[in-house]
Amino acid sequence: MADKSTNFFMDFPTLPKELIRAFKKSTDAAYKAFSREYGDYIESFFNPLLKFLVFWEKLLVATPWSVIIGVVCIFAFYGTRSYKIVIGIIVSFFFVGYMGMWEDMMESMGFIIVATIMSIAIGIPMGIWMSKSNRAQAVITPILDFMQTLPPFVYLIPVVMLLGIGKIPGLISVIVYAIPPMIRLTNLGIREVDREILEAADSFGATPRQKLTQVQFPLALPTIFAGVNQTIMMALAMVIIASMIGVKGLGQEVLRAITNQYFTLGMLNGLAIVILAIVFDRISQAYGKRIQKHRSGDAI
Amino acid sequence: MPGSNKIEIKKLYKIFGPKPLPLVEKVNNGIGKDELLEKHKHVLGLNNINLGIPEQSLQVIMGLSGSGKSTLIRHINRLIEPTAGEMIVDGQDVLTLSQNDLLEFRKNKTAMVFQKFALLPHKTVLQNVSFGLYIKRVEPAEAEKKAMHWIERVGLLGFEHRYPQQLSGGMQQRVGLARALANDPDILLMDEAFSALDPLIRKDMQDILLEIQSELKKTVVFITHDLDEALKLGDSIAILKDGSMDQEGNAVDILLSPKTEYVRKFVEDVNRSRVLKAKNIMQNASDIAKDLLNGQTFKVKADDVIEKFIDRVVVDKPNVIEVMGENGSALGYLSSERLSEILRK
Repeated sequence: MADKSTNFFMDFPTLPKELIRAFKKSTDAAYKAFSREYGDYIESFFNPLLKFLVFWEKLLVATPWSVIIGVVCIFAFYGTRSYKIVIGIIVSFFFVGYMGMWEDMMESMGFIIVATIMSIAIGIPMGIWMSKSNRAQAVITPILDFMQTLPPFVYLIPVVMLLGIGKIPGLISVIVYAIPPMIRLTNLGIREVDREILEAADSFGATPRQKLTQVQFPLALPTIFAGVNQTIMMALAMVIIASMIGVKGLGQEVLRAITNQYFTLGMLNGLAIVILAIVFDRISQAYGKRIQKHRSGDAI
Repeated sequence: MPGSNKIEIKKLYKIFGPKPLPLVEKVNNGIGKDELLEKHKHVLGLNNINLGIPEQSLQVIMGLSGSGKSTLIRHINRLIEPTAGEMIVDGQDVLTLSQNDLLEFRKNKTAMVFQKFALLPHKTVLQNVSFGLYIKRVEPAEAEKKAMHWIERVGLLGFEHRYPQQLSGGMQQRVGLARALANDPDILLMDEAFSALDPLIRKDMQDILLEIQSELKKTVVFITHDLDEALKLGDSIAILKDGSMDQEGNAVDILLSPKTEYVRKFVEDVNRSRVLKAKNIMQNASDIAKDLLNGQTFKVKADDVIEKFIDRVVVDKPNVIEVMGENGSALGYLSSERLSEILRK
């Protein structure tokens, strides 16, 4: 008995092994039962999302490369007004296509676009809600912290257990990973709006809705756009991990390169992801800057 | 109803803190601002304010920072909820209005001009000026017409498509003023509206306000910490200190018979000859010795400040000065004793 008490400070006191095993087993069993029971139901719930995703992927893959480059260049030019960036996009997209990665890149692009759209569609209302209610903020903030710090591999497990391998579980895990900055920065942007300006809106009898649409949201837009930009970047980073659970595109090639030790293949596909990231980043940042134009003192 | 009070503030208290209501009683019994903070961790904002503001008058509320003047003006349109008291506008207690009625009240009865302008940076001058009309859901074409009228009136024609950041401070506040006036409110609330401007621009804006006021006859509540501004603009001046009203009256009352030490210190350095007008200090014929009234020929206009005729008084040494109204008739008289008494400090 006596030596046991001294050991207490040396060896970490643990639950008996059998108990831990029982705990893990029963939790897993319960979750498995849950997914057997409701898995199909949940899968059919996400069916429209799947259709949406497949639509985008097919659209981008089926559209002739010349049209795609043209559209991206138009967006880029409208956002940045810079020929340098447009030429850079043409050259780098040509490189990707010339190296035979065009179709993979289009699949990844479709995936990123859908993940971003979904993150915006969910993130902005959440951010607005969070900005309106201190209680909502107090509850959501730790959840977001949790989502951002939990290693992505860990939450892949329950998603895969529930929905199996495929596009939807991939998309969900990408959204979970990429949505926190969207919510956070929407909340921050709205909370940061000058109190005096809000008071002015109040003094004119603006309703909460009018305040949101006329004052808070427009003034928060630059910050919200920074959130969109970060969300896109995080979705791109997650594309490789998501390929482990069946998301096609550039990530899958990288995964193949890892498992087979194909250095060049990995390098090329990695480069294509970088190109995609730079293009998305430059365009979305440029739009963010454009909507801040009124903030500069120059004549427009 | 001219003559009656447009705004009637009755026994208004504001105490900042988590549980202010029970402390009203204590404040009433004479507990001071410092003691309230020390013992009860509450901040005294306003202490038993009573003030009647007549229709169409320009009421100045003056005080140093922390005196509660900005808090007081925000009670008129209920941007701040009072702890106790009444705020009666047009016979209706604003504090009893429902949320919807309050929005209607703010849309139609009041408009506010802010110290730091508080313009919407993402909207153009035109959109800013028509903001109140947009909130009221006025037809866009009509809103634009009204807004353009006021943009022109404050001298910003040609700038309507600029953004606020592209304008100077003085121009921005003109936008602020136009935005308030475009709403055609009965009551104009101006919270240190000109305090952030350079002296010259400030004088311009004061003149614009007086000019517009002489035409529109709004009820204006004007907050300032500057006595010269208060004396220039105010039909009536209320002086706040530590949330309490020290004195209320017109420029002459405040200048010539300050009630408290605080007010006395405030008015000490004011150049009276530049502020007081002949009509402010004139006496009745009955106050003047009969023999002085005969044969006088020295006449001044009622609206002239002392500075304007003092040189002639020194040279001519009249026995008595006749103050004449706009049609030339005598409104009152001013003896040299009275004049020298007023100018003596």
